Amino acid sequence: MNELYRRFGSGMGTLFLALVAIWLGGMVLAPNLMMIDYALRPNLPPADIGGPRDVYSLDNILYLANESVHRAIFFKTVWASALVAFLTLVVCYPLAYWLAQSATPNRSAVVLLALTIPFWINEVLRTLAWYILLAFRGPLNALLLSLGVIDQPVRWYGDVGVLAGMVYAYILFMLFPIYNSIESLDRSQIEAARDLGASTWRTHWRVVIPHAKAGIATGCVFTFMLAAGSYVAPALLGAPGSRWFTEIIYNWFFEGGDWNRGAAYALVLLVLCLTVVLVTLRIFRVNLTDVAK
Amino acid sequence: MSHSVELQHVGMAFGRTRAVTDVSLTVQGGEFFSILGPSGCGKTTILRMIAGFLQPTEGKILIGGRDMKGLGPDQRPTAMIFQSLALFPLMPVWENIAFGLEARGVAKPARKAKAEELLKLVALEGFGERMPGELSGGQRQRVAIARALAVEPQVLLLDEPLSALDLKLRQRMRAELRALQKRTGVTFIYITHDQSEALAMSDRVAVMSAGVLQQVGSPRELYDDPATPFVARFVGETNAISGRVISLDGGMAIVETAEGRLRGRIGHGLSPGASAKLYVRPEALAHGEEGANCLTATIDRIDFEGAFALAYGRLENGIALIASIPSTELASAPAIGVPASFSFRDENAVVLPDE
Amino acid sequence: MNAADRIARGLFGFYFVAFFVYLFAPLAIMVAATFNTSRFPTITPWQGTTLDWFNQLAADTGMWRSLWTSVIVAFFVVAVALPIGTAAALLLTSLHARARSFLYAVMVSPLLTPGVVIGIATLVLWRQLGVGGGIFLIVLAQASFIICYVMLLVAARLQRFDRTQEEAAIGLGASRFMMFRRVMLPFLKPALFAAGFLAILQSIENYNTTLFVRGFDTPLTVYIATKVRTGLTPAVNALALVMIAVTIIGAIIYEIVRRRSQPAG
Repeated sequence: MNELYRRFGSGMGTLFLALVAIWLGGMVLAPNLMMIDYALRPNLPPADIGGPRDVYSLDNILYLANESVHRAIFFKTVWASALVAFLTLVVCYPLAYWLAQSATPNRSAVVLLALTIPFWINEVLRTLAWYILLAFRGPLNALLLSLGVIDQPVRWYGDVGVLAGMVYAYILFMLFPIYNSIESLDRSQIEAARDLGASTWRTHWRVVIPHAKAGIATGCVFTFMLAAGSYVAPALLGAPGSRWFTEIIYNWFFEGGDWNRGAAYALVLLVLCLTVVLVTLRIFRVNLTDVAK
Repeated sequence: MSHSVELQHVGMAFGRTRAVTDVSLTVQGGEFFSILGPSGCGKTTILRMIAGFLQPTEGKILIGGRDMKGLGPDQRPTAMIFQSLALFPLMPVWENIAFGLEARGVAKPARKAKAEELLKLVALEGFGERMPGELSGGQRQRVAIARALAVEPQVLLLDEPLSALDLKLRQRMRAELRALQKRTGVTFIYITHDQSEALAMSDRVAVMSAGVLQQVGSPRELYDDPATPFVARFVGETNAISGRVISLDGGMAIVETAEGRLRGRIGHGLSPGASAKLYVRPEALAHGEEGANCLTATIDRIDFEGAFALAYGRLENGIALIASIPSTELASAPAIGVPASFSFRDENAVVLPDE
Repeated sequence: MNAADRIARGLFGFYFVAFFVYLFAPLAIMVAATFNTSRFPTITPWQGTTLDWFNQLAADTGMWRSLWTSVIVAFFVVAVALPIGTAAALLLTSLHARARSFLYAVMVSPLLTPGVVIGIATLVLWRQLGVGGGIFLIVLAQASFIICYVMLLVAARLQRFDRTQEEAAIGLGASRFMMFRRVMLPFLKPALFAAGFLAILQSIENYNTTLFVRGFDTPLTVYIATKVRTGLTPAVNALALVMIAVTIIGAIIYEIVRRRSQPAG
C-alpha cells in the first residue's frame, strides 16, 4: 500500500485504490453478499418486508433438499457435469499429447491455430450449430439413414444432445492446460520409459499423466464449472426430460417470481463450484497463479 | 563551483536489517568522488539517500549546505544514472535527453536545441531520432549521461553505470567520464565495486564494508596508507603476515612473526603487545637479500601479465605470498620450486592491529 | 514397424480425423445452411442455393436493435474494465508477496464463478437499490469478470517493465502523473489494446451472465437464442456467418497485436 503511494503519489495512488475497491467491493463482494442475504430470507409481499416474518432462515435451501424433482435435477447436473469433464478429458488427451510431444513444431503450430478458431466463436453460435446438426430432420439423421445405420430418425435433443454440445463447447478449456503441462515434459523421460520396456499404456500412466496432472486438474475444474453453470446448451439442445439446474434457477427468477428461492439455488451452485474448484486444486497441489493463463 | 555534499552521522535501517551505520563524510564541490565496496556494503543505499529515493533513518544530508530532509528526488539538485541506465525504450534519444526539461515545462524548440547541444557534448550528433534499442552499449551509456546533465544538476550520482560493458569499452568510458566531469565541473559521486575503476577515475574514494565507512582518501592514500585491514585487502593486492607488536619507535613498528622480526610503518590504532598483521604490496617485494626485512618463499608458479609478472609462492610456514616482478627483470626471476629470498623496505610496509 | 504399432497409428489417425470433423462439421453445416432456400436451416435436403437470407437479415430491425445494444454494452464495458483492470494490475505489482497472492486470488475469483451466478448476484443487489435489469446492469455484470482478463494481461506486461524507469523519471523532475503518462502508459499500450479487444469480444459473446441482468434489453446473443426458440430461419445462420467472420478477423488482429506486444520493452 505504501509502495503504491510511493510510486504513484497520493492522487493517483488513491484513484487506483478507489477503482479496485469499486470493483472488488461494489461489483464482486456486495452482489454476492446480497445474493446470500436474498437466499436466507423468505419471499414476502412488499408489505411484509421488514416485518416479523422477515427473518433469516435456511428454508430456501431446505426447500431444494426436500423438493424431490429439483434435488434430482441438482444431482444430475453435478454428475452430468463431471461426466462432461471426463468425456472432454478423454477426447482431448491424445491430441494434447500428440501436439506436445509427437508433432513437428510446424504441424503443431498449424493445428493449434486451427483449434483456436472455434474457441473464438461464441457459445450460443456453437450450440446453434449443434441444434441444426441434431435436428430431427437434420443432417446427422439424414446421413445415418442414408448409410443404413438407423431406419428411423433419432430424437437427439435431450441428454445426448446436451452432452455432445457441452463437450464440444469446452474442448479448448481442457486441451490447452493439458497441452501446456505435457509440453514441459522432457522427451527423454518418455524415451527412457520405453527403453526400459514399459508399454505405451504404462508410459502414459506412470510418466506422462503424473507430470501433466496439474494441467489435467485445471482443465477438469474449468470444464466442470462451465458445464454446471451453463444455460445455453441445455436450453437449446435439451428436452423436457433433461432439465439442467441453471434452468430451474432461471425459472425461479423469471417465471416462478420467487427471487429468494432463485438466489438460494444460485448460492448452492456457487458453493458447489467453488468447493469443487478449490478442493481439486488443493488435492492436485495446483497454484491459483498457474490456473489463470 | 558545484555544490558539496555532506553526510552527518547518516544511518539507514530497513526494518531490523541495518544497511548503513553512522557514516560521516564530505564531498567537495566539483570533485570526482567514488564510494567503493563489495556488493551489499551499503554504498547503493547511500547513493539513493543522497538522491532522495530513500530518507535516512538517522543523521542529516546536506547538499550545497542545505538540509535535504523531507525533499523528494525531484526537489534535489541531483541527477542519477542507474545501473540499468533506465532509458525510456519507447522515446527517441532526444526525447529521453530532454525529458527532464519537459518535466520543467520547457517549450519544445528549446528542448530540442538543448538536446542537440548535449548530444554534441557526448559525441552522439545525429543520433537524436534513433530509439534507445538501436544504440550500442557505449552509446546508451552516453545518452544516459546526457539525459542526467540536461537538468543541469549540481551533483551527478552514478550507480555502477559501466558494469554492463565489456572490458575495452569500460576502460574507454572511464576516460570519457573523467574528462566530462572535468569539463562540466559537476560534482560526481560514483558507486562501484571495482577498485581499479575507483582508483583510476576519482579525486577521492570512500571505502565501505558492511554498512560502515572504512576510510576516505585519495587513491594513493588508500593504497599506500590503508586505515583498516579491510582497506588493505580490498584495495589492490597485498600480502599479510601475522605477528605481535614488540615495539614502536620513530614511526616504525617491529613485529615478531614466524618469519622473524619485520619492520613496517605504524598503522592506525596500533599499540605495543597487540596482535597485528604486516601488510606489504607485491610490487614492494624485491628478489634478493637486502636490508632487515627478509622473507624466504618457495615459488609455485609465475603468471606473465604483460608489463609485469606475478610470482605465487608459499612462505616456510605455508602462508601464501605474491610478488610482482617487472617484465624487464624477468631474466633474474627466482626459479620455480626452489626457496628464494624476498626483501622489502620498512616504509613500504604497514602494520595494522587485528580487528 | 510391427503390427501393433501399425494398428496404433491407424487408430490415432482415425481419432485425429474424427476430432477435427467433430470440431468443424457443425460450424461448416451451420454456415452452409445459410445458402439453402429451406425455411428451417439445414443442408438436407438441399432445396436450392440462395443469398436471400442475407437480405432478410438486413431487413430484420430487431437484429439491428440488438446489435446496437451489444455495441453500446461493449463500449461501456471497455470504458469500465480498462482503467479498473490497469489499476488492479498496478496495485498488485506494488504489494509484497503475501498480500499479493491473497489479493490475486480474490481478483481471479470471478473467473471461477459460474456466469449465471454473477448475473444473479448483480441483479439482486441492484433491485435492492431500485435499479432493474438493462444496459447498465449488463455492463456492470460483464465488467466484473472481464476486468480479470484486463488485469491478467496488464500484469503480464508489467512483469517486463524495468521499474528503475519510474525512479529515473521522478529523479529528472517529472511529476507522478507525467511519469505515468509518458513512461508507463506508452509501455502498457500494446497490452491495453489487446485487453480492450479481448474485452469487446468477451462482452459481445457473453450469454449466461447477460441473460439474467438484461431486463427488457436484448443484446445479440440473447436475440439469437430467442430466435432459435421462436422462429429459426437461415437468416440467423447468415448472422452467425457474419459474426464468425468478424470474430475470426478480430481474433487474428488480436493475435497480431498480442505478439507485437511481446518482444518490445
